[in-house]
Amino acid sequence: MSQPLLTLDGLTKAYPGVVANDTVSFEIAEGEVHALLGENGAGKSTLVKMIYGLVKPDSGQMHLRGAPFQPAEPRAARADGIAMVFQHFSLFDALNVAENVALGMETPPPMRDLAHQIRTVSETYGLPLDPYRTVGDLSAGERQRVEIIRCLLQDPKLLIMDEPTSVLTPQEVEILFQTLEKLRSEGTSILYISHKLEEIRTLCDHATILRLGKVVGECVPRDTTAREMAEMMVGTALKTPERAGRDLGEVTLDISGLSVPAPSDFGTALKNLHLRVRAGEILGIGGVAGNGQDELLSVLSGEVTVEADAITLRGQPIGRLGPNARRDLGVLAAPEERLGHAAAPDMSLTENALLTGAVRRGLAKSGLINWAATRSFAQEIIAAFDVRTPGPGNAARSLSGGNLQKFVVGREILQEPDVLVINQPTWGVDAAAAAAIRQALLDLAAQGAAIICISQDLDELMEISDHFAALNEGRLSSARPTDGLSVDEIGLMMGGAHGMEVAHV
Amino acid sequence: MDLSAINPVLLIASLMVAATPLLLAAIGELVVEKAGVLNLGVEGMMIVGAISGFAIAVESGSPMLGFAAAALGGAVLSLLFALLTQFALANQVASGLALTLFGLGLSALMGQSYVGIKPPATAQLNIPVLSDLPVVGPILFGHDPVLYFGILLVALVWALLKFSRIGLILRAVGESHDAAHALGYKVVTIRVLAILFGGACAGLGGAYISLIRVPQWTEGMTAGVGWIALALVVFASWKPWRALLGAYLFGGITVLQLNLQAAGVAIPVEYLAMSPYLITILVLVILSADKSRAPGSLGKTFHASQ
Repeated sequence: MSQPLLTLDGLTKAYPGVVANDTVSFEIAEGEVHALLGENGAGKSTLVKMIYGLVKPDSGQMHLRGAPFQPAEPRAARADGIAMVFQHFSLFDALNVAENVALGMETPPPMRDLAHQIRTVSETYGLPLDPYRTVGDLSAGERQRVEIIRCLLQDPKLLIMDEPTSVLTPQEVEILFQTLEKLRSEGTSILYISHKLEEIRTLCDHATILRLGKVVGECVPRDTTAREMAEMMVGTALKTPERAGRDLGEVTLDISGLSVPAPSDFGTALKNLHLRVRAGEILGIGGVAGNGQDELLSVLSGEVTVEADAITLRGQPIGRLGPNARRDLGVLAAPEERLGHAAAPDMSLTENALLTGAVRRGLAKSGLINWAATRSFAQEIIAAFDVRTPGPGNAARSLSGGNLQKFVVGREILQEPDVLVINQPTWGVDAAAAAAIRQALLDLAAQGAAIICISQDLDELMEISDHFAALNEGRLSSARPTDGLSVDEIGLMMGGAHGMEVAHV
Repeated sequence: MDLSAINPVLLIASLMVAATPLLLAAIGELVVEKAGVLNLGVEGMMIVGAISGFAIAVESGSPMLGFAAAALGGAVLSLLFALLTQFALANQVASGLALTLFGLGLSALMGQSYVGIKPPATAQLNIPVLSDLPVVGPILFGHDPVLYFGILLVALVWALLKFSRIGLILRAVGESHDAAHALGYKVVTIRVLAILFGGACAGLGGAYISLIRVPQWTEGMTAGVGWIALALVVFASWKPWRALLGAYLFGGITVLQLNLQAAGVAIPVEYLAMSPYLITILVLVILSADKSRAPGSLGKTFHASQ
C-alpha cells in the first residue's frame, strides 16, 4: 500500500487524575473513511483535538504524509489540510452563514465572493444554504451543513467528523453519507467518530476502537457485526434489554386536541396534539430536536399549564396542575438537560433527590426537611442504579453524564410513578449505562406504569417502545405499533429530509 | 420666563460638548461588551482618566499631552480589571464594581494638590471662513479636536465591527467564546485588548470633563456619567450610531433643561433634572424593540480547558 496520509505513533496525553490517551497509534490511509469508536470518556475527543492542534500531546509523534506533524494551533492544522466538524457545533448564533464560514478560514475572500463560493459548493454537494441567513434561525441539520461547507471550502485532505449524525433524520443521514462518499471518491480521507455502529458498518473502511484511552482493537466494519464492535468498546459481553410480553391496561394518560403557543422566539408551538398511553405501555416519540420535544415535556410535567381538560389522568383533568401536584398524582418527568433542568449542578445528590422526591417520598413535613430520610433515598438510588460516585454528598456536576443520567432516571423510577415522561433517556450516555437505563424503563412498564419516552435515537425507540409517534414542527403523528415499522416509514413520519437533496455531481 | 434667552446655535454647540464624555466612554464600553466582557468600572476609569489628564496637562502645560495621559491612565486601570477577570477568572460584575470604588478613591488621592487650579485651555478648531460662518460655524467648525475625534471614533468602530476581519473575530469571541476558541482564536488576548481600548476611551471621556467641559478638578466630578454610559450601551443595542444618538440626546436634554431652569420655566427643577435620563431611556427603549440582543457570552468567564 502507498504511504498513509496520517500516522499516529504512541500519542499520550494525561490530565490530572486521568490518562486520556495512552500510547495511541494508528494510520489513516489516503481516501479512506476511518472510524474511531469508543464509549464516552474513551479519549476520542482528546485524540482528535490533538490532531486538530487544540491540545498538545505529552509524548508521541504524528506524521502527515511522512513529514513530522505538530500543529501548535488549529490554524496550523488547517493550513496542513486538516478540517474538523465539531460535535457541539462551533457556530456563532448571531452571525450569518457567510461570517461563520469566514471565521473558519485563514484568508477569507471578500464577503460577496465568499457568499458566491458557499452557494456553489453547497449546491455541488447537495447541501443547499443561503449565505446571508442568521445561523441562530437554522435547524440542526442546516447548522451542520454550515460546518461541513466551512471545511469543504478549505479543500481538506483529512476531514474529522465528531458524531455528525446525532441530530439528523434518517434521510438527512443518507444525504450526508452520499456527500461523504463523494468526498472519498475525490481522495479526501475522513476520520469518523461515532458510537452508532450500523452507520459505521455502512460507511467506514476501517475502524480503530478505543477504550479508556488505549487502542483495544481494529477491525474492518463491513466484516464485523455491530455486537462484536460494541463488545470491543465496552470490554465485556453486552446485555440486550429484555422485553417481557406485557399486557396493556387501561388508558392512563390522555391528551386530546392540545395546542400550546411557542414559549419563546426560538421555541416551537404544539399544534393539535392527540396522545394516549395505557398502563404498561411505552410510547416512543421520535423526531429531530427542536420540533417540540422540550415543549411537550414541559406540558406533561406541568411546567407549562394548559386547560384543565386538555390532559387527563385516568379521566381526571390535570391540565391546570403544576409539577408538584402532578407528582402527587403519580405523573413524573425526567427532562433532557441533565445539568440545570433535571438536576441542579452545584447541589449535592441528596439535595437533588429532595427536589423531585419530596412530595411522593414524604421527605419534607410542614416545611421542614427530613435530611436523614432524604440521604437514605439518595443512597437507595445510588445503590439500585449503580451510580458511580463517592457518596450522596457529592455535587451533581461532579458526576459523568452517564452516571448523572442514571441518578436522574433512578430518582424518578424509585418514586413508583404511574406515568413517567422522559426526554432523551440515554443522550450522551455510554453503551453499558444506556442498556441499564433502557432495562429499567422496561421493568417499570412491566410493573404497570405508562411511559412516554421522547428520544432522537431511533434504535432505542425501536428497542423499547410498543408504539411510535413522531413530532414534526410541533405536530404529533398518530401512534403506530413499532413491530414491523420500517426506517423509511419512520423517516416519513418525521417529516422527511427538510428540503435536502442528493448530491448532483 | 424668557425662552428667547435661549440661543439655539449655542445650545446645539454646547450639547455636543456635553455629550462627548458620555460618547467616548460608551463607545469604549461598547467594544468591550462586543468582545463579551462586562466592565462595570467605567466610572472609575473615567475619574482616573480625568485626574491623570488634568495633572499632566497642568504640569506640562499641554492639554493634548493631558489627553494622552488620560487614555493611558484609564487603560492602566482597566489592565487591573483584565488581570482579575481574564487571568484570575474573577467575577466580572464584582471586579467592575471594585474598580469603580478603587478609581474614585485613587483619583481623590491623586488630585489632592490640584483642587482649585485652572488647566491650560484646549485650542478650538479655527478654520478661516468656515468657523466664522453664521450658525454652521459654531456648530460644525468651532470645537476642540477631541470632540471630532469622538465622532470619528464612532465611525471607525462601526466600520471596523461591520466590515473588517478583526471586527468579525471580536464579535465572534463575544458571541461564543468556546466556539471561537475551538476555531483557534485567542479569546483572552482579544478580550484584554478590548478591555484596554475601553479603558483608554473612558479615560479620554473623563479628561474631557476635567479639561474642557468643566475646566477644573473636583473630587467625584464625573458624577455618574460612567454609569449612564453603561446603560447607554445596552439601550443602544450595542450599535455605535445609536450610542452616538443616545449620547447627543442625553447631552442635548441636559443642556436644554439647564437653559430652561435658567429661563425660569414653571416646571419644578426636580422634573427638569430627571428629564435627560427619562427621555433618553424612553427613546432608546423604543428604538431597541427590534430583535438585536446582547452578545452571547457577555459577562461569562472563559476558561480554555473545555
